[in-house]
Amino acid sequence: MALSDTQTGRAPEVTSGAPPVLRLRGVTKWFPGVQALRRVDFDLRPGEVHVLFGENGAGKSTLINIVAGALRPDAGEVELRGRPVQFRSVHDARLRGISAVFQEFSLVPGLTVEENLFLGAEPTTGALINKPEMRRRAEEALRRLGFPILPRMRVNRLSRAEQQMVEIAKAFRTNLSILILDEPTAALTDRETDRLFQLVLDSKRQGVGIIYITHRMNELHRIGDRVTVLRDGGRVDTLAVRDATPEKLVELMTGRKIEAFFPRIDHRPGEELFAVEHLTAGTLVHDVSLTVRAGEIVGLAGLVGSGKSEVGRACFGLEPIRGGTVRLLGRSVGKPTPGAMLGAGLAYVPPDRRTEGLVMERSVRENIALSALPSAHFSGRVLLRRRSERAICLRLAQQLRLVPTGIERPVALFSGGNQQKVVLAKGLTRNPRVFVMDEPTTGVDVAAKTEVYTFMKDLVEREGAGILLISSDLPEILHLAHRAYVMHRGRLRAELGRAELTEQAVLSHFFETTTTHG
Amino acid sequence: MADAGLATVERRPRVGTALLRLLRRTFVHLGVLPLLLVILLVGFGTWEPRFLSRQNLFNVARQATYLTVVSMGQMIALLTGGFDLSVGVILAMTSVVLAKVMASTVASDPTAVGLAIGLGILAGLGAGTTMGIVNGIGVAVLNVSPFMMTLAMASIAFGLALFMTGGVPVYGMPSQFGATLGFGKLLGVPVPVYVTAVLVLGMYVLLNWTRMGRYFYAIGGNIKASILSGVSTRWYLFMAYVLVGFLASVGGVMLTARLETGEANIGAAMPLRSIAACVIGGVSLRGGTGRLGSVVLAAVFIEWFENGMNLVRIQSYLQMVVLGVLLIFAVVMDEVRHRYVAGMRDG
Repeated sequence: MALSDTQTGRAPEVTSGAPPVLRLRGVTKWFPGVQALRRVDFDLRPGEVHVLFGENGAGKSTLINIVAGALRPDAGEVELRGRPVQFRSVHDARLRGISAVFQEFSLVPGLTVEENLFLGAEPTTGALINKPEMRRRAEEALRRLGFPILPRMRVNRLSRAEQQMVEIAKAFRTNLSILILDEPTAALTDRETDRLFQLVLDSKRQGVGIIYITHRMNELHRIGDRVTVLRDGGRVDTLAVRDATPEKLVELMTGRKIEAFFPRIDHRPGEELFAVEHLTAGTLVHDVSLTVRAGEIVGLAGLVGSGKSEVGRACFGLEPIRGGTVRLLGRSVGKPTPGAMLGAGLAYVPPDRRTEGLVMERSVRENIALSALPSAHFSGRVLLRRRSERAICLRLAQQLRLVPTGIERPVALFSGGNQQKVVLAKGLTRNPRVFVMDEPTTGVDVAAKTEVYTFMKDLVEREGAGILLISSDLPEILHLAHRAYVMHRGRLRAELGRAELTEQAVLSHFFETTTTHG
Repeated sequence: MADAGLATVERRPRVGTALLRLLRRTFVHLGVLPLLLVILLVGFGTWEPRFLSRQNLFNVARQATYLTVVSMGQMIALLTGGFDLSVGVILAMTSVVLAKVMASTVASDPTAVGLAIGLGILAGLGAGTTMGIVNGIGVAVLNVSPFMMTLAMASIAFGLALFMTGGVPVYGMPSQFGATLGFGKLLGVPVPVYVTAVLVLGMYVLLNWTRMGRYFYAIGGNIKASILSGVSTRWYLFMAYVLVGFLASVGGVMLTARLETGEANIGAAMPLRSIAACVIGGVSLRGGTGRLGSVVLAAVFIEWFENGMNLVRIQSYLQMVVLGVLLIFAVVMDEVRHRYVAGMRDG
């Protein structure tokens, strides 16, 4: 993780002598049939960022829900500033200075930003809401945080990132002593992330203790002080962030030793599989040309909103194409549609598996088979070939090491990492030569990430596939791609070969510069 | 968050009795219906001996066919994430058109009974299916919400049916029509039961063994994911409403045979009853999940329950109250079940 250690904005060291603001002792929690937490000890010092790390399902969510007052432990103690406490509700915990920003938002879509900010704590005069006062305080809160949002906007008209900001502003409304952030950057652009981190640093300085959940290694190093790793509901270890290498963390999380976080992938480029020439599409993509050859991974980097995601979508027929050509396996595709591209040998892995990738209520088998039903392996002239379908889906599930392997279970019941494996398995059913993967490891824990990388390595080395890897995770591009394109404001900025592919080279093309044009 | 916040039923896995665990598993997999059926059988069976008599069972079987067929249609609409409020008037429209065509054909040539019946049935099915086609165009092509589309369709078609009949029943159909399809028996089993059995079989194959059925589930579960999987969602949504129209229409033909008149208001309770059958049968109102067997069973349950209430002389007005309460109960239990399932999630 070259990114972290060179950064200057490193978190100041915490004085280890300070008494913890929060301490959990032997906290245990049961759900029907599973022990979600087993005798977990955890402590949080004032002014530190304590990162929780672990696979999906390791117990992170349960832990923060207990701290936030949403759940009560079945056994064990929670101490706040040295005194045992029992929170009756989220509201109760909030009154004691504990605020949480969860991944799933607690905003009312139909209300305005200010109404959401003060929901349940509206400033009043007599029986009426004091609207001018509420507006003033909302404006002040948003200004202090530096969020460019109007208090009178309705929440359902805001982008996901803006909603995230409102959620954070809500957490900062009260006097904080403990702040819980659950993957807060998942929906934010880099600039918004920077602002959030600044906020976190400010809070630290004021002595707020922060519990931070993330799957991103670079965030861990940028703002974390200590990291606690959970596995199967138990605490494995707590260590200082500077001792936490990716390999070490994966080992702690999974109990298995891995050689390298990113696998080394051979580069033996073959014939051209996929080419885009002078593509102009949607409202964002202008004159983009790129090629992907057999046996190589081509990165497509850029900031959120640079148009890199839209290039992938346009190639799959999800954005209207206004100019340029798309060529797949030497044949030019007139007007791409999902069905046509799948049939011609291209698989698209969407960035958001919940909204676009999977039918959550249906089984793994039905999801894997969904895009392949027209092919002869899956259906005859009239009826489905269910036996063959079962066999193929089971083989793919095993190949991707789906855990548990039960392919008749609804996808919704699997962890994020395993859901992502289903998305990838689904891509394999049509035997594609080209993969367009948009953020293939979002919301996936570190252990599952290594599995996704190994999967990509196998595709490229053994099957001779070509992969267009669209990613906002810079280390992913730097370590996996053989070549990379960088996008800026809807245009290609640069093409970098393996030798030129360094962090600095890529970053230099991310932002506005005066010397380069197009 | 899903492994935590949602789980209301928090308990340690104490060594519960095997029976309790069995009950819970049944509940998670099949919903509330098995419980209701047991209550029905034990309750009415002990209260009123005629309830389980052979004669009454055949009676219920015939009576349940209409709701079963319409509920299967409603199920398709629900699976795709919509619903169809016009099933009632599709029934009515079928009935009126069928009766008119049959009566006028037989009036012009009293010997052409077979022709009249054939023409009448075709016309009825044609009218009902056409309404399904219009619904399908509205929902799939013009992107009107299923709620508005089918609600408006209900008004349009009800108005048309009343207009065509002047509000009075249509008489004059050949008696053979009612005698075979309405009251006829084959090997002691009412004819409508055979028709329904064939349709149930067809629906089973459609939903479980064809691409179309699989796509209905996928579209209702996640339409975006379906589009990205290359599914032609418009076509299948369109076909869903056409099939609803067709099935409701078959129900209309059979019910008209039973009543021996064409009437514009025969289906008034059908939208509620068919949705009730689906929900009690565990079809999710959010789309994407539901089993055919449970829906058929639930439709039979509703008819049987009403039959039981009739036998013990509960007033028909009160029966409406009971049905409503039952429906809310089923929805609440479905919610409880969802939380159970959410508690089983990995991470």
